[in-house]
Amino acid sequence: MLKSKTFVKKTRSGGVVKIVREHYLRDDIWCGSEICSECKPETTALQRDARIESSLCTYPHYLIPDTNVVLHQQIDVLEDPIIRNVIILQTVLQEVRHRSAPIYKRVKDMLHEKDKHFYTFTNEHHETFIEREPGESANDRNDRAIRVAAKWYSEHLKTFKSISDGLEVVLLTNDQGNKQKAKEIGLQVFKDEYIKSLIANPELLDRLALTNDEKNEISRKVLFPEHLPLSKIQVGIKAGTFLQGTYRASRDNYLEGTVFVHGEGEESTEVLIQGLTNLNRAVHQDVVAVQLLPQDKWVAPSSIVLQDEGTAKDDAGDEEDEDKKPTGKVVGIIKRSWRPFCGMLNVSQIKESTRHLFTPADRRIPRIRIETRQASTLAGQRIMVAIDGWPKDSRYPNGHFVRSLGGAGEKETEEEVLLLEHDVPHQAFSQSVLSFLPKMPWSITPEDVAKREDLRHLTVCSVDPPGCTDIDDALHCRELENGNLEVGVHIADVSHFIRPGNALDQEAANRGTTVYLCGKRIDMVPELLSSNLCSLRSNVELAFSCIWEMNHNAEIVKTRFTKSIINSKASLTYAEAQMRIDDTTMNDDITKSLRGLNKLAKILKRQRIENALTLSSLEVRFHIDSETHDPIDLQTKELETNSMVEEFMLLANISVAQKIYDEFPECALLRKHPAPPPSNYDILIKAARSNQNVEIHTDSAKALADSLDVARVDNFPYFNTLLRILATRCMMQAVYFCSGMDSDFHHYGLASPIYTHFTSPIRYSDIIVHRLLAVAIGADSTYSDLMDKHKQSALCNNLNYRHKMAQYAQRASVAFHTQLFFKSRGVLNEEGFVLFVRKNAIIVLIPKFGLEGTVFFENKDKTGPNLVYDEEGPTLTVLQRTFHIFDKVKVTISLDASNIQHQKIRMALLEPMIPGVSVPAEDLEPLSKKSKIDR
Amino acid sequence: MAGLELLSDQGYRLDGRKATELRKVQARMGVFAQADGSAYIEQGNTKALAVVYGPHEMRGSRSRTLHDRAVINCQYSMATFSTAERKRRPHGDKKSTEMSLHLKQTFEAAILTQLYPRSQIDIFVKILQADGGNYSVCVNAATLAVIDAGIPMRDYVCACTVGFVDETPLADLCYTEENGGVSSLALALLPRGGQIALLQMDARLHQDHLETMMEAAMIACKGVSKVLDEVVRQHLQEASALSRD
Repeated sequence: MLKSKTFVKKTRSGGVVKIVREHYLRDDIWCGSEICSECKPETTALQRDARIESSLCTYPHYLIPDTNVVLHQQIDVLEDPIIRNVIILQTVLQEVRHRSAPIYKRVKDMLHEKDKHFYTFTNEHHETFIEREPGESANDRNDRAIRVAAKWYSEHLKTFKSISDGLEVVLLTNDQGNKQKAKEIGLQVFKDEYIKSLIANPELLDRLALTNDEKNEISRKVLFPEHLPLSKIQVGIKAGTFLQGTYRASRDNYLEGTVFVHGEGEESTEVLIQGLTNLNRAVHQDVVAVQLLPQDKWVAPSSIVLQDEGTAKDDAGDEEDEDKKPTGKVVGIIKRSWRPFCGMLNVSQIKESTRHLFTPADRRIPRIRIETRQASTLAGQRIMVAIDGWPKDSRYPNGHFVRSLGGAGEKETEEEVLLLEHDVPHQAFSQSVLSFLPKMPWSITPEDVAKREDLRHLTVCSVDPPGCTDIDDALHCRELENGNLEVGVHIADVSHFIRPGNALDQEAANRGTTVYLCGKRIDMVPELLSSNLCSLRSNVELAFSCIWEMNHNAEIVKTRFTKSIINSKASLTYAEAQMRIDDTTMNDDITKSLRGLNKLAKILKRQRIENALTLSSLEVRFHIDSETHDPIDLQTKELETNSMVEEFMLLANISVAQKIYDEFPECALLRKHPAPPPSNYDILIKAARSNQNVEIHTDSAKALADSLDVARVDNFPYFNTLLRILATRCMMQAVYFCSGMDSDFHHYGLASPIYTHFTSPIRYSDIIVHRLLAVAIGADSTYSDLMDKHKQSALCNNLNYRHKMAQYAQRASVAFHTQLFFKSRGVLNEEGFVLFVRKNAIIVLIPKFGLEGTVFFENKDKTGPNLVYDEEGPTLTVLQRTFHIFDKVKVTISLDASNIQHQKIRMALLEPMIPGVSVPAEDLEPLSKKSKIDR
Repeated sequence: MAGLELLSDQGYRLDGRKATELRKVQARMGVFAQADGSAYIEQGNTKALAVVYGPHEMRGSRSRTLHDRAVINCQYSMATFSTAERKRRPHGDKKSTEMSLHLKQTFEAAILTQLYPRSQIDIFVKILQADGGNYSVCVNAATLAVIDAGIPMRDYVCACTVGFVDETPLADLCYTEENGGVSSLALALLPRGGQIALLQMDARLHQDHLETMMEAAMIACKGVSKVLDEVVRQHLQEASALSRD
């Protein structure tokens, strides 16, 4: 059954090497069609009744797309549910794999989907295999292979004419030459006209990518210089005439951007690029090659900033206004990083026009020209658009419509947008990922019982916020015979279900963390795991336990870790737990356990607070109405009872961090929080001094904590909280890192020498820590990636990125819900405090809502009032009225909906009254009017 | 470019085989008249020549003589033209020496050495073209050569390499697969009794997978043994037909 065929293949880098590989052709590769009685496959993917409503092909047919159709973004069309019964040839699949990993993944996902009836035909090992002929290019050979395979199919299906109901195969291509040749051998072949012919789906046409040969406009004025080919760029970079870097467009000025050049070692430089021709079609985040201009052409970054961003960019580059920066021009693109962008359509002025401009939500992305015939329906919707190319004679890049996300301003749409824009992977889990889930109903096997410590007899309970479905931690406390206390923290054992290296694990590693938005959760692992199997509800579950023996002064006598089986006796909310502790009549085991925990937690907290910082941040928390899903009220206060749980989680994290670091000094995954540089505190020190004459010491976390503790002013109770909020802003980001790659482990905020994340397996970091710990205690085996510090540190980078993006997405979600709230409330007058002073504005915090907003004193189109900014204060004097940080003001809050893509909260000053600046208190209808003034 | 996809979703390997399928094996015995036994084998594109001398008196240092059994002397070498890039040294490097030792161990376990005390059996194996599974092909070639020399063995020794990709064991790896980051294992088996003559692995592999790998390797070895058996029978038929004439 094997036919052997050897063929000669390609060369490798450096010397020319002849590679000989065997190539077997098989006679057991089936066509995969239901009507075929000759082939004997186990499963058939292609249906007997394969109808796609098309005016071109009225007969039932299977589609065979060629590589270019799949690759050049026509994939958006193929993904539509209407397209079914498609044969993907192995030749196509392999070419796609070589050329574009993301598209390859999308094709694979489609192949896995049963309803799509996609079939992979392994034509390269079938009798339809062809050898490359002398003088034939690899691409031509592949095209020919596709045609031969299609021909085989059409002939193969013809043998069943009697039952096939006129079934045909249809080759899809977008290459005129290929089409011609296919016609010659008698194939049904179509280009874009096939998609156009699809009945009832005109919008699919918009998803077609613009192809080059359709460029029907006669070449106009060339706007941009030609990009250099990659080979020339490489020579230039080696010779030092060009620099390679990542292009970052400026948020404020579309004609300006910087290229961040990663030099060797420390010398990373920024090259300024100004002007449309110099930018030369670079799009934000592209890797580009730049050439420096002669020094006399160097310029300073322009200081023209739209007022909307006036506050975001105040200190950057102000001092160096006179200093000219290295300036250059883009000579070539090394790597595009185009992705589908979210945004809205600007409908063209001409009614009949099918070309429209699209404005992305991200200001750093240029506007994109797309072709669509449904502009009127798309207006007012959030849509996604992908860039296809940017010809040198076009002012804007060309793109195509991918899909509509929904009406702008609607909750679901906006959530989708902010997920997409923050690069949060949120698609449904693919079939291959789901296939690694344990089969339901799942139960603990006897092997599990044998391997694990049985802790089912212990009085374990969980304490969580109300409504929590993913209960991943539980606690217990009991008295030992020697008088000491035994405390256990039990974490759901997710690493038992997620085995290293499989699709589920890779998906989780990519997602990095579970993202919580207001009223919505984007899971890292399928819900079956996160809120069912790995949820320690009141039943028997697998857990990873960290158990301490402590004396009554909360000093740890002994620590041990074990994989275990626990039986949670109760799932309590913080409030319920507090009630049990306080209620002296209750004396059951759970309550006793809780009291023990609470007692120890208090001691631990006292010890910790002596060294560590307690900072404060006001976050707006919304109560979401369970039926209408609209925010109904704001809650800014946290319950006090969760500090008990938090204390033990911290302790568990620290103990685990110590253990895995001892065991694996090279590859432990830890979390650090670097101490901020002293200059970060300048604003805090100045603010405290200028306002209330209070000194803040920032030499160490301890000094800072102490001085924050004593910084109280009698008639200003909120002063301390404000200071702490300000101090929080001075902090650095905490990050994950691999212990073998770094020497500074200190966690500044917690004042712990070592720290990691162990207690919440809905983060991927915790899964890795679980695995490390499992290896350390001999409960599981290791694998190579776990022990490779470079791979670990690459993983850490991804985790840090995902965490950062998750945070941004969370904030954006809060901001959006705040807007919804104020939309329903109309205009409000509230008291607030000045949090920061800028050159042309003050930032005001409204404690009642935990909301921050900006009050501008300057308008773009008219000269503002006389402003004097004093950097030393910092203070801002507006017409003899001076604003200090922490001053009390009264503002009116409203929603500015003038720009529907970027709605925002507007604040205007009520008190103190400054004529010409403040708005009168009774002016409560302003929305439309005021936004006009502001623009 | 992403790395090679060693096993496609449809279950085909790079060269079109399924996971458990061997490459095409072709062999001939008695290719040289000079030697006591000889064989030539092709396993896909890996081609090897084995030559056996003996049993004969001890040559060289007599001190190595064993009084209860024969000494097995193996030499493994690779032709300079056997690999894509020309080799400098056909034998004597670390890898070849190790391979020679492995072969020696394998055949000490298979040949009934106690029948020939104070004598020596030489087995020389040369790889003419290398395309993965060098050790196993050598073992298979040497088995045929030893049989050709008429030296009694407990059983055929059949060897096969097995790799592990996507939770699936792949039988009889070719060069591209061996170099594609697969943890591979070589196993030499006496198929009838199921005894293992040699098991060698120097890659990282999860302990849980070892069992499946070994099982797959044993099945593959049994497949090889069937082919070798056929070759031997064919050879015997031809030889007897010749002698009858």
